[in-house]
Amino acid sequence: MPYTARDWDSHPPLVSPDYKSTVARGPTRPLVPLPQGLSELTGPVFGHDSIGPLDHDLTRNGVRNGEPLGERIVVTGRVLDDRGRPIPSTLVEIWQCNSAGRYNHAADQHDAPLDPNFLGGGRCITDDAGQYRFYTIKPAAYPWGNHHNAWRPAHIHLSLFGNSMASRLVTQFYFPGDPLLPLDPIFNSVPAGARERLIADFSIDVTEPGFALGYVFDIVLRGPDATPMEA
Amino acid sequence: MPKGQTPSQTVGPFFAYGLTPRQYGYPFASIAGAEVAAPDADGEHVRIEGRVLDGAGEPVPDAMIEIWQADASGRYAHPADPRGSNASFRGFGRVGTGTDAQCRYWFTTVKPGAVDGAQAPHINVIVFMRGLLSHVYTRIYFEDEAEANARDPVLATVPAERRDTLLARRIALPGGTTYRFDIHMQGPMETVFFDV
Repeated sequence: MPYTARDWDSHPPLVSPDYKSTVARGPTRPLVPLPQGLSELTGPVFGHDSIGPLDHDLTRNGVRNGEPLGERIVVTGRVLDDRGRPIPSTLVEIWQCNSAGRYNHAADQHDAPLDPNFLGGGRCITDDAGQYRFYTIKPAAYPWGNHHNAWRPAHIHLSLFGNSMASRLVTQFYFPGDPLLPLDPIFNSVPAGARERLIADFSIDVTEPGFALGYVFDIVLRGPDATPMEA
Repeated sequence: MPKGQTPSQTVGPFFAYGLTPRQYGYPFASIAGAEVAAPDADGEHVRIEGRVLDGAGEPVPDAMIEIWQADASGRYAHPADPRGSNASFRGFGRVGTGTDAQCRYWFTTVKPGAVDGAQAPHINVIVFMRGLLSHVYTRIYFEDEAEANARDPVLATVPAERRDTLLARRIALPGGTTYRFDIHMQGPMETVFFDV
């Protein structure tokens, strides 16, 4: 069964000049429509055996000699298709900078400290209700070279497959109330009316007493274009 | 109740320790890498390699390429393929362009079979990079499958003068066969990207 189309009113354009790197890297010719077949409606399947026991807990999976510095958070939510059906047993990968705004990557030259006890990468598989859950450290803002005095709002990167190559998604989510959001050309590249979907909700119910603040971020992927009843 | 799709955002420059940690030397397992087919998989074993080039013709050192393909008999390792899974074949690979001096990606795999009666053998490709806000899809076809390519219904929808951008070039080397497939993001040779 074909999947819903990529909704270009929800996704950023391939060239968005305020985000300067898009100018030489985004394709400029129209995409060629491709009727979905088996090549598009299949994709890699990752089982629980592809996940290590600490992969979902970034407060512990990079520990060398102590706990990572920063504010512990819980990040959870559901992965749904665009008809509202949960997507169980699907891989969710995340990566982020540390609590000082520094990525654990040789190319990150920002003069902020690395944390020897924080790697910044994690993954998990959604449960039967499509729910995922990570423990991590709240990432910080950091400067970048896009324009004078440019700062990225704090964010966590996400990568998802859903059940096919057609539902593939790489994105970033942000934190509520961040004053940098209206200034960020990457956030603003998303059409107005859709970009707010990238902001997580704070939740006192998800917050764990005495341990970690809770944030909820639901993710909606493309899915089969009809319910099984209609098929 | 329809729900709005979660918008895409760029993979950014620092995906390596999350998505391709083993390749880049981070102490974290990878869920996939350059090996798409195990050495004992059936079929013609080949290497696929190439570069990603930006609008100035410069190689991109921080792109990530994912491929998804059928096995040598044209089966996908996925429940939606009615022909049943081939347990020894996974069909998925993921490589960054940041660990090779020439900014190449590469995969070791087997040449896929035709997935149905109509389509020519092909490999499905997704491209991610800093400066690309939404991932793009393309396909690798094989230049030495001219007859099958001429009948392929997807290639038929591509303007004739752009079809070459989807053909991998066969290079026979002493160590085996390599197919070369460069991805041009822009310019006169801009690769055909699909709206899937």
